[in-house]
This record gives sequence, C-alpha cells and structure tokens, in this order.
Amino acid sequence: MYQYDPIDQNLVDERVHQFRGQTSRYLAGTLGEDEFRQLRLRNGLYVQRHAPMLRVAIPYGMLASRQLRQLALIARRWDRGYGHFTTRQNIQFNWIALKDAPDVLASLAEVQMHAIQTSGNCVRNITSDPFAGIAPDEVVDPLVWCEILRQWSTFHPEFNWLPRKFKIAVSGSPEDRAAILVHDIGIAAVRNGAGETGFRVAVGGGLGRTPLVGHVIREFLPWQHLLTYMDAILRVYNLHGRRDNLYKARIKILVKELGPEVFARDVEAEWAHLRDGPATLIQEEVDRVGARFTQPAYETLAATMPEIEALIASDKGFAAWCRRNVHPHRVAGYAAVTLSLKKTGVPPGDATADEMDRIAALADRFSFGEMRITHEQNIVLADVRRRDLKALWDEAKALGMATPNVGLLTNIICCPGGDFCALANARSIPVAEAIQRRFDDLDYLLDIGEIDLNISGCINACGHHHVGHIGVLGVDKQGEEFYQVQVGGAQGTAASIGKVLGPAFSQEEIPDVVQQLIDLYIEQRDSDAERFIDVVRRIGIEPFKERVYGKADKKSQGGRGQLETAAS
Amino acid sequence: MAKLIRNRKVVEDSWRLLPPDATVEQAAEGDSIVPLSLWKSSREALIAAAGSGRLGVWLDGADEPGDIVADLDRFTIVAVRAAKFGDGRINSSGRLLRERYGYKGELRAFGELLRDQLLMLERCGFDAFVLRDSENLEDALAAFGEFSDQYQVSAQEPQPLFRRRLAAGR
Ligand code: SF4
Repeated sequence: MYQYDPIDQNLVDERVHQFRGQTSRYLAGTLGEDEFRQLRLRNGLYVQRHAPMLRVAIPYGMLASRQLRQLALIARRWDRGYGHFTTRQNIQFNWIALKDAPDVLASLAEVQMHAIQTSGNCVRNITSDPFAGIAPDEVVDPLVWCEILRQWSTFHPEFNWLPRKFKIAVSGSPEDRAAILVHDIGIAAVRNGAGETGFRVAVGGGLGRTPLVGHVIREFLPWQHLLTYMDAILRVYNLHGRRDNLYKARIKILVKELGPEVFARDVEAEWAHLRDGPATLIQEEVDRVGARFTQPAYETLAATMPEIEALIASDKGFAAWCRRNVHPHRVAGYAAVTLSLKKTGVPPGDATADEMDRIAALADRFSFGEMRITHEQNIVLADVRRRDLKALWDEAKALGMATPNVGLLTNIICCPGGDFCALANARSIPVAEAIQRRFDDLDYLLDIGEIDLNISGCINACGHHHVGHIGVLGVDKQGEEFYQVQVGGAQGTAASIGKVLGPAFSQEEIPDVVQQLIDLYIEQRDSDAERFIDVVRRIGIEPFKERVYGKADKKSQGGRGQLETAAS
Repeated sequence: MAKLIRNRKVVEDSWRLLPPDATVEQAAEGDSIVPLSLWKSSREALIAAAGSGRLGVWLDGADEPGDIVADLDRFTIVAVRAAKFGDGRINSSGRLLRERYGYKGELRAFGELLRDQLLMLERCGFDAFVLRDSENLEDALAAFGEFSDQYQVSAQEPQPLFRRRLAAGR
C-alpha cells in the first residue's frame, strides 16, 4: 500500500478546500450550473437518478482496512448505508447530498483517499491487475508504475481539459488481468532480452458506443521514458482529438481516423521534443516510490499444508471454493482469496457499511490489513496464509461472500443500470439476478466452466458487455426495456468485441436465452477444457443465432421480427 | 478601460482585441491584438501599419502555434482563446509557445475562462488572463494560491517534483 508523503497529503487537502469554495460559490449563485458541473465532475460528483453520486478513487484497486472502515463510516453518515464497487476499481455512493460533499471529501482525505478526476474529461483513476505484486506469472510489479502515473496524472496542468475522459490501465503479467486493450492507453510492463524493464504501449481501445481493441504503438519503451511518452500521446490527443462531437471525442476515434501508424508517427514526432527532458524518470524516484509501499512481512512457510489438502479432498464445498476463489501467490505458503460480492439477490458489487467493516476485519486478521478491489467487482485479500484458508472460508461463508463463482457464469459484471443511473435504457441488476437464480446449482456451474457474462444498462458500457463472452445490453424500444445479447467478446491478451446475435429480447426472456447458449456450448464442446469462448471462436456465432432464433425461415415468426430495428 | 489579470495583479488593459473579421485599418490604430487569419493574409501591411508601434496576435484553439514561430519576436502579446468553456487545447498551445518556441512576451489567455483555471494556465505559461465577465478579478486572484505544489513540470518550475525532492534530500 502506498503511503502519502506530506506533499501528497497537502495536495489532496488543498483540493478539498478548493472544492469547498466552488460548492459555496455555486450554492450562492455566483457559479453557473454548467461550469460547476465540470468542476464537480472532476471531484467525482455527478447527478444520478436520485441525488448527486460520488465516485471515490481506489487507485489501482489497492485499499487498506482503515480506508474501508472510513468508507463504511461515510456510507452510514452521509449515504444510506451502502456503497457500490465499480468495474473501474472505484466505489460509488448514490445518495450523497451536494452540500455534504466537501465534508465527505475531507473525511476521505483523512485516510489518504480522494475523488480527484474520477469523472470529467481528464485522466481517470489508473487501474491494474488485482493480483499485482503477488501473481506468480508477473514479470514486472506494476504497482510502482501505477503510483508514478497517478502522480503524473493528478492535476496535470496541460491535460485537465481533454476532449473526453481518459482511462489508463497497467499490467505486469503475460496474462492480462487488467483488460488493458480496452483502455485509452493500455500499458504492459515487460522485460527486454537484456532484462531491462520497459513498457509495451497500446492506444485507442475502449468500449461504449464504438467498441475497439487498442493498437500497440510501441513495443518497448524503456521505463525512463514513461512520463514523457505519456505527455506526447496526451498532447497529440489534446490538440487533435475531436471536440465537436461528444461521441467522436475519445482517443480511439482519433486513432481510427488517422490510422494507428500515422497516430504512432505523430506521437513519436511530439516525443522527439520531450524525450530526455526533465520529466525523464530516474532510478532514485522509482526507488523512492517503491519504498513508500508497505511490504507484507511474509513468514517462511511450507508451500502446502497437509490439513488444507486433506480438507480439499474431503469437503466438496471447500474444494470448490479453493478451486474458484483461491489464487496462486508468488510466496510459498500464501494465497490470494476472492471475496465474492456476487451473492444472488444483491446487486453485483454492492456492499453495506456493516459488510465493509467485517471485510476490513477479515483483511486485518488474514491479509496484513490490505485488499484489492477488482474490475470484476469483487474484493481480493491478496496475502493469506494457506493454513488460514479454512478459517477464512468459514468467515466468508458467514458473510455470504464465499460464493465459489469466480470465473463462472454467475460472477456477473453488471453496471448499476436503470435502478440508479440516469443514463440507463434499461435496468441491469434484475437481469443479473434472474440469471443467477436460473443457474444456482454449483455442480452445474462448475460443469459449464469459465465464462464471463457482462451486463450494461446502456451503450456507455460501464458493465463491459462488449468483452463478456456473453454480453447483455439494455436498449430502449419505445419506452420499454429490451436487451440485446452478444457473444464472442473477451478481455485479456486475446481481447475481442462481441457480436450481436440479433433482435433484442424482453427481460423475462433473457435467462432462457442464456440457457440456450449454454446448452449449445455444452453440446458442441470437445471436452470440459474447451471453454465457452473457445467454442464460439471455433464454430462462429451462426449456430448460436440459430439456436436462439431458430432457422432463418422461422425468424419472422412471433412478435420478434418487429423488434429488429431496435436491435440494430 | 477593461481590466485583466497580469502577473497575478489586476491591471488596466490598454490593448484592443480585434474581432475575427478585423481589417488592417482597424489594426492601424495601435496596440491591437489581431486575429491570426488577418496576420496570415496581411502580414506586410500590418507590419507597415504598426511602424515602430506594438503588435499582438491571437490564436484560436484549433490554430497551430507553429504558424507564427518565425514572427514571435515581433509580438508584444500572443493571446490564445478558449472559445468554449473546457477547451483544453489552450493549455497545450501555451506550453508549446513557451517551451518549444521560446516565446518570451506576454502570453494571454482569454475567452470562456473561469478563475478555477488560472493556476493551471499559469503553469502552462500564461501570464495574463481575461476571464468571463461574471468573474470578480480581485476575488479570482486567490485561485493562484489554491495549490502549493505540483508533480509535473511547469512554466515556472522546469523540474518535476521528483527531481526537486531529490535535490532537497527529501
Ligand atoms: S452502462 Fe449506462 S446504465 Fe450502466 S451505469 Fe453506465 S451509463 Fe449507467
């Protein structure tokens, strides 16, 4: 966990003070609605269906127990007793009153937290791999680079008024668990043949209205140049990104319109002026930032614990949990554990204040007082002794957070949707719930195997539906809620954008549609090793279409034909 | 006379900002900030009309600061306009003019600007500001003190925080 130094703290405190002033100018009527909007967005406040919503940054997902307790306190004191963890490693509160917002920000600053740049047309919270620093397959620990980028992006004088929002993700493992190819900039920390650290830089990925996979514009950027190269990309975008049309303002459109090669050339030309300048990173700074991260005091332990292995052999429930929710750790005798926030009947990613306190207590007891928020909207305790797994499992079960579904169908990624979000076309939470209810048999879920199902309530794609193996998108059909279904999306190194199956469905139909897709998959797979997405890639989406809509000649039957336009 | 903020003080503005369709005749009255398009189309005439007097030019967000590099020494003022609130191209234009092209004269920001943008624009190299009419300029000066430090390089501070920390042994 990175610890602020006095300058870091001071900047956050000054921001609270600044926002207090802006809020009182607005409430006094000397700052206009639209101008204040831009300013409050940069402090994470935007007006949702019910009240201003506050989005708090959890930089690259790292959270300490005392911070989670503070979030619980905020939920109780200023909200309605709960919060919602998002797909961008943030937490949102849905019921904060505007006049209270400065006090909420001040209480965040007390625990080295903030809502800076969590909304608005600026560089947003940097996201990363929830297993950063502990994953056995990791080549470079991305955390120090994430923090260096956090500081670089915080109040960057030149890039605080970009054409549109800007999201950066960093990964340090060959297996990309940070979805870097669907970010404005995706950074993969790598090593070259000489063992030197550097970055493979991709730009122009993103979801939303125009889903695109990013393009690598530099295969190996030596680490010293990280910030000057970022400056070059952002400057090209700031000057040339479109500002005339909100829907064409993301960097992905600029990259697409110019072509990745031309864009890369423009960046290199800009960088030629900046490279080796004073913003070039130095080893002392990397060391200094690294030293401000607390390091868990790992014990020397045996890699396996006979009691735990015996329990896995004898207890099916424990075995399933270990298989799905327990993850390997680079240190012998340790494991990372996912606490599931995907209990059926609870909106995915929601946690009550009491749950937050209890999770904080688990983190203190089992994982050095730290945890990570994942982009799949779960919580990871990253440093658990294997011999404590049984005790943690018992506690997690008592909390209803031991659902062994990580990577499985019911670990649904889902945005707040029409229940909370003013932009929604349709509700998403009840759809997630209906699917979870349909697939509630664990043996069946394990048999179906690894699959990502993602739901967004509108084209803004906060639920990342384009990169779900199955993606569900809420659409509006003459004031009614309908849902488009797509298959074949994926995140990770082989990222792809899903393809729409056809006309949209009503909410009640969705569990059946998912069932049909799963049935076809089970019939078609070579073995259980072939995952849903592998089958889609092998046989294409046509058979899935046919299964769901029937053969082409049946297509116009029933009421569905008339919905065709809504789905296109 | 209109007022503006220059070097963190509220002062009278003796310059006239000419509209996009201005003519050389208008510019001849002296101390005029002419639009870039006029400068490009009538450069010789403007130089002749100014004689030994002072010249200013203004750019829009979409204009390329590189277009006036060869003439920067002629200008007492280069101004950049934010035509819409939140148009951040002005920030990059300022840095380019100062850092890349070495412009030393007054660099003025004008248009749809609020006090909340002053400090960042100053860090991008601007030293003069014409804010929206709704802003009280004396009150606005407080915005320069809102943040005591910054991580990045700026016009005032060519070293990023990490190099300054190291030099100070922190
Ligand atoms: S995807 Fe749409 S409905 Fe869902 S949270 Fe984002 S904006 Fe709201």
